[in-house]
Amino acid sequence: MLGEGILKGMAETARNFFGSYVSKERLTTVEYPEERVPTAENARVFPFLVYDGAEWEAGMRCVACQICEKECPPKCILIDKSKDKKPDYAGKPQFYPTRFDIDISVCMSCQICVEVCPFEAIKMDTQFELATDDRFAGLLLDRKELAKSNEYYHTIHPTEATEVDSRLAEEKAKVEAKAKAAAEAAAAKAAAAPNPAPPADKPPAGGGD
Amino acid sequence: MKSVEEIKAAIESAVPGAAVEVVPNPGPAAQHSLRIAPEHAIDIAQFLRDDPELALDFLSNVTGVDWPDKEIAEKVKVTREVKKMVDGPDGKVEQTVQETVDETRKRVEPGCLEVVFHLYSIAKTHGPLVIRMRTKNRSDQVELPSVTPIWRSAEFQEREVFDLYGIVFTGHPDLRRILMWDEFKDYPMRKDYVEPDDFEYEPTPHDEVLKRAQKHKGREQQTGIRDQERVAE
Amino acid sequence: MSLAETKSEKVAGWNRPPVVEPDGEGELLEVAMGPHHPSTHGVFRMDVALDGERVIRLKPVFGYLHRNHEKIAEGASYLASMPYTDRLDYFCSLTNNWAYALAVEKLSGQEVPERAEYIRVILAELTRIQNHASTIGFLLQEMGASGTPLMYAFREREKILDLFESLTGSRMMCNYMRFGGCRVDVSTAWLDATRKVVAGLPGFIDEFEALLTANEILMARCQGVGILKPDLAVNAGISGPMLRGSGVNYDIRKVDHYGIYDRFKFRVPLGDHGDIYDRYMVRVLEMRESIIILDQALRDIPAGPIMDPKAKIRGFRPKPGEAYGRIEAPKGELGFYLISDGGPNPYRYRVRPPSLINLTVLEDMCLGQNVADVVLIFGSVDIVLGEVDR
Ligand code: SF4
Ligand code: SF4
Repeated sequence: MLGEGILKGMAETARNFFGSYVSKERLTTVEYPEERVPTAENARVFPFLVYDGAEWEAGMRCVACQICEKECPPKCILIDKSKDKKPDYAGKPQFYPTRFDIDISVCMSCQICVEVCPFEAIKMDTQFELATDDRFAGLLLDRKELAKSNEYYHTIHPTEATEVDSRLAEEKAKVEAKAKAAAEAAAAKAAAAPNPAPPADKPPAGGGD
Repeated sequence: MKSVEEIKAAIESAVPGAAVEVVPNPGPAAQHSLRIAPEHAIDIAQFLRDDPELALDFLSNVTGVDWPDKEIAEKVKVTREVKKMVDGPDGKVEQTVQETVDETRKRVEPGCLEVVFHLYSIAKTHGPLVIRMRTKNRSDQVELPSVTPIWRSAEFQEREVFDLYGIVFTGHPDLRRILMWDEFKDYPMRKDYVEPDDFEYEPTPHDEVLKRAQKHKGREQQTGIRDQERVAE
Repeated sequence: MSLAETKSEKVAGWNRPPVVEPDGEGELLEVAMGPHHPSTHGVFRMDVALDGERVIRLKPVFGYLHRNHEKIAEGASYLASMPYTDRLDYFCSLTNNWAYALAVEKLSGQEVPERAEYIRVILAELTRIQNHASTIGFLLQEMGASGTPLMYAFREREKILDLFESLTGSRMMCNYMRFGGCRVDVSTAWLDATRKVVAGLPGFIDEFEALLTANEILMARCQGVGILKPDLAVNAGISGPMLRGSGVNYDIRKVDHYGIYDRFKFRVPLGDHGDIYDRYMVRVLEMRESIIILDQALRDIPAGPIMDPKAKIRGFRPKPGEAYGRIEAPKGELGFYLISDGGPNPYRYRVRPPSLINLTVLEDMCLGQNVADVVLIFGSVDIVLGEVDR
C-alpha cells in the first residue's frame, strides 16, 4: 500500500517522542548550564602545571627543560629558564621556569606536552568555561594561572594522579636510597680515617607530597 | 603481483623504446618503484591499465614531490703550478714547481619535480605499483603528460599537483588551480616557497614564530608602518 | 570563463562527463550553490548551469578551508602531525589516526601488539557506525526531513562519542594512536560500557530503518537518481561505500588485510544500481556488519601490552625510504604517503583524501538531473570539507 512506509515511520517518531519522557536512552540532552553532565575522567581541555605542597612557586614540578616547548605542534608554550636552581620533590637542585606562558587561543588540546614531559609536571585540565573578550591577555595563561595543586589533580583525574604519585614516590625512594648509600659509604670511609667527621646525612630539603 | 623487475620487462616488451628504471626503496616498506620517461608515459599507462595480467585499473594516489637543486661539496685534488723562490747556485732563483692541493668544489646537482602514482588493481586485488616521472628541471621545463585520459581519478589530483607544485600536465582537460585561488602566483608546496609576510602577533613567540616576528619587526622599522604594538619582546 | 566551456573536448578518449544539451528554449541560468549553502556541509561551492530545472554543467570549487596541511606536516615532527590528522575528517579522527600510524609503521618497520590492534579495530568500527549514521541523517536533512532522522543519528553518535571521550579524553579530536600502538590502555569498565552501547545499536538501526528504508518519499527521491556506473567508479578512483554502492566488490579491509581484519568474519554489502538509494542501503548494511565485527573483537580482545616496547615518543627518526599506507576509512580509501630522508620531519607527507577524489564524479552524476537532486547526490557522496581542502 502506498504510504505504508510513511505511516510506519510516523509510528516510530511517535514512539521516540513519547519515549523521551520516560526513557533516559531516548533523551540524552540536558539543560546546560543549569544541569551538567559529569566530565569523563580522561577528559582534557588545556594544560596546567602541577605543584606539590602548599606553595605554588616552591612546589612547581616543572624544571624548565623546554621539551614541551619544542614538541608542542602549534608552538604555543613559551618558557624562560631560571639562572639559579631550587630543590625539586626529591631534593635535587633543579632549574625552574621564571616564565611559563601558554597561549590557549592557539593550544589545540592535543596532550603532546603531557606525553613528552619527563617530570610529570604538566597535565591536562578539565576546565572548559574560559571564554573571554580579551583575545591576547585573557587567553594567555602565565605560570601563576597555570599552577594547580596536586590535590586538584587528584580531584579531576584520580586514577592517573595516583599512578603518577606512586611513580614519583618510587623514584624519590630510589634517589633517597642512593643518597643514603652514598652517605653510608662516606661515613664508612670517614670511620676508617683516624679523625671521624660527623656524618653528613641531611634529609633532602623541600618537595614532598 | 609480479615484481617490479618483471613489470619493467613487461613494459619494455610491450612499449618499444620505453625507458624504465627501477628505483629501489631502502626502507622497511620495500615498496620499490619504477621511474618512466615522460615520452612514453601515456603508452605505458595504457598498457598497465589494459594488460590482462596486470590490470591496474585503479589509480589511487597522485603525489607531487619537489627535489630542489642540491649543492654538493666535494673535495678534489688539483695540481697547479706555483712560482717559488728556490736556492740556486747564485742566490735565490724563481722557479715554477708543481704542487698538489685539496680544493673544495661546489657542484650543483639540478633539481626536478616528480610525480608519484600509486596503482592498484580492483579486478585482481593486487598492488600497489609505484610509478614515478620526473620533469627536466624546476623552472621552465615542467611539463609532464597527463594520465587523466587513462585514469579519470587523476583529474583533481593532477590539478592539485599543478596548483601546489607547478607541474604542467599536458593533455589535462581542465588544468586550473584547485585549492588556491586563481590569481595566486607561487607554488606553496615547493621547498623554496617563501611565505608572504602576513605576520600575526602571537604572545608566545619562539623558534620559527620568533624569527618571523623579528623579521616582521625589521620590516616595520624600514617602512615605518607599525600596526598595533605587534612587537616581540 | 563561462561554464559552458569549462571541460575541454580536445582530449580524445577520456572518460569525460556526458554532454547534456539545453533544449534551446529560454536562457541558461548560472547559479553558485555555496559556499554558504546549508547543504554543502561546510564551505564548498558548486557553480551550476541550469536549463530550467535541469543541470547542464556543474563545476565544484574547492579550497575555502585550505590550510596546507601537508606543508605544515613537512615542517613538524612525525608525532606532531598526529593531532593535525584529527582535523582532516573531523567526524572520523580515529580512522585518520590509524591511517597515519599505519603509514609510519610501514615506513619504520614497527610492529603493533595484538591488544592494540584489537583496540584499533573496535575504535575504527565505532567510528564507522557513527559516521554512517550521521551521513544518513544529513542526507535525510537535505531531502527535507528536517531534523528528525539527523537527531536520532546524533543521539546514537553521542553515546559513541562519550565512549571516545572517556577513553581518549576528547570527543572528536581523539589523537589516540601512536606509532607502534595506542596511547592509553582500555579498562575493563570501558570495554563493558562499549559492549552495552554495541548491544543497543542493532535496535537503533532497526528503528532507523523502520523510519526510512521503506519510506515512499525516500524511495521516490533516491531510486534511479544520481547513478554511478561501476566502470566509471573504478576509473575515477572512487572508493568506500560509493564504490560498493555501484556494485564493485572492493573493501580494503578484505583486500589488504591490514591490522587484524582477516580474523573477523564479516560480509561486504554491495549495491546493484549505483543510485543514491543503494549508497544509503550499503551504509546501513555496513553499520550492521560493523556491529558483527565489534561483537567479535570485544569478545576476543586479549590482555597484553599496547605499545611496541621499541617505540620512541621523542627523537623518532625513521630510516630513509618511503611508504604508502592506506585503510578503509568510513568515507573511502584514506592513504598516507610518506618519504623519509632520515630526519625528524617527513620529507614528503601526502594525504590521499577520499572525500576529494569521490567528488571527481559529482558532475557526471548530476548532469541532466533536477537541481533539487544535486543537493541529494552531493549528500550521498559523504564528504567532510576538512579533508577535501586539507
Ligand atoms: S596540549 Fe598540545 S597544543 Fe596545547 S600546549 Fe600542549 S602540546 Fe601545545
Ligand atoms: S612542563 Fe615538563 S617538559 Fe615542559 S619544561 Fe616543564 S618539565 Fe620540561
